[in-house]
Amino acid sequence: MIDAEGVKKQFGPRVILRGVDVKVETGETFVLIGGSGSGKSTFLKSCIGLVRPDSGSIIVDSMDITKLRDEESIAKYRRKFGYLFQEAALFDSLTVADNVVFGLRYLRPDISETKYRAIATDKLALVGLKGIEDLKPSQLSGGMKKRVSLARAIAAEPGYVLYDEPTTGLDPIMSDIINDLILDLKKKLGVTSIVVTHDMKSAFKIADRIAMIYEGRILQVGHPDVMKITNNEMVRQFVEGRSEGPIKMKLKEYD
Amino acid sequence: MSEAATTTAESPSLLEAMGGRALNVAESMGQFTMLVRSSLFWAIRAPIEWRQTVTQMLHIGVQSAPVSILTSLFTGMVLALETGSSFINLFNEPVFTGTIVSFAITKELGPVMTAVVVSGRAGAAIAAELGTMKVTEQIDALYTLGTDPVRYLVIPRVIAFLIVLPILSIFSDFAGVFGGGLVGYLKLGIPPNIYWHEVFDHLDTEQFFHGLVKTFFFAFCISFISCFKGIFTRGGAEGVGRATTEAVVYSMVSVLVADYFITAILVAIGIT
Repeated sequence: MIDAEGVKKQFGPRVILRGVDVKVETGETFVLIGGSGSGKSTFLKSCIGLVRPDSGSIIVDSMDITKLRDEESIAKYRRKFGYLFQEAALFDSLTVADNVVFGLRYLRPDISETKYRAIATDKLALVGLKGIEDLKPSQLSGGMKKRVSLARAIAAEPGYVLYDEPTTGLDPIMSDIINDLILDLKKKLGVTSIVVTHDMKSAFKIADRIAMIYEGRILQVGHPDVMKITNNEMVRQFVEGRSEGPIKMKLKEYD
Repeated sequence: MSEAATTTAESPSLLEAMGGRALNVAESMGQFTMLVRSSLFWAIRAPIEWRQTVTQMLHIGVQSAPVSILTSLFTGMVLALETGSSFINLFNEPVFTGTIVSFAITKELGPVMTAVVVSGRAGAAIAAELGTMKVTEQIDALYTLGTDPVRYLVIPRVIAFLIVLPILSIFSDFAGVFGGGLVGYLKLGIPPNIYWHEVFDHLDTEQFFHGLVKTFFFAFCISFISCFKGIFTRGGAEGVGRATTEAVVYSMVSVLVADYFITAILVAIGIT
């Protein structure tokens, strides 16, 4: 279970999180929606310790990342997670197979080289890729990179997977393939997931619960069906993707 | 009039600008100290990434060797030409050209020129590579995979520099002294046996060690500054460009500043 309470963060004068309270149950796929700059990626990065909150707590399996200080305990905490980056963030200098088993080499240094290769092939098969083990990331398409990144995130069989905008920049068919993969991984591996997205089609397909974050605060949390018919005007405007409504976004920076 | 007034009101005062700059410098120094501290921690606590280290040694060596040898060769040549022709004017013959060239190259110019060339080649490449990794979230990816970037990226590069820079410096020493001999023979008419006699008659291991010891400090400065600038890159492609330029400039300046202080210490303890 991931239990975040009163998470606050600001960068200089810019307040990003104003006290986020979120509880993600074990085995649940929790989708966090919100506009650009609403703080959803900052919250996700706080969960894995890439961003240190100014106050509040994030407890995962009785470990509070906000209280951990030494590098070794933080590394140990992070190994509970797999993380899918928005731009895949594959290591350019390594092959696809080396990318997939990168984390595993540190976690299980006792494994033989041939076994690493077999694990990489298995994990790539799980995300629907075959025969690309020796390619470099620069030789892959955007969708393939995302899938390799997903294979890397699950290679060490983590209990938690965090997805940062998994469908952004992909065509509608590839987006749906990624959605199916997220559902499939949940079914096969039973992972607990937080998915940050502003792709509502994806959110409704994969979520057990959806939360909307706006200006650093959670506006509403609920089942996807509830979010579709919500009375909260802000959530409704976002879910329906309307420019008119209580959420005012600047059309031009000088307006 | 009102526009000018608005601009004045919005732009920070001189005191604010100076304060902001001082805070940035203090923050950078703190981050740099933390990077060195973290490197020491991981160097002691975790096994060294030898595969990465060897790869980096090859990169730094292959990238920098031709340029540093060529630079040193011509430095030795010009040094021989200058001293030889000056001594011909003063004493009617180019006496001690081999001694002066070998002293200047092995104690000072070989290590410094090599360090400057390596800053421009390998230092820039490291800052650009790590900077790109930073802006494309690859550094964050390392953290999420339970690997500290300092352990995986910084320590191998620092060790590679500490091994490769002294070797490159020795090659440069040979190239520089050889270049001096070439000009001495072809332009000044110094017979090779006289030139090499002048070189080895006065040059001993202490002078050689004097130059070599400097290269370890230069390697430390260049590798840490380049890694620091890369890992703390901010602001996309523009930020990578800025980090690369700053890495080269700061590395070169730190080499020249460190050179004086190390020389002063070596002279003080009698290694001349």
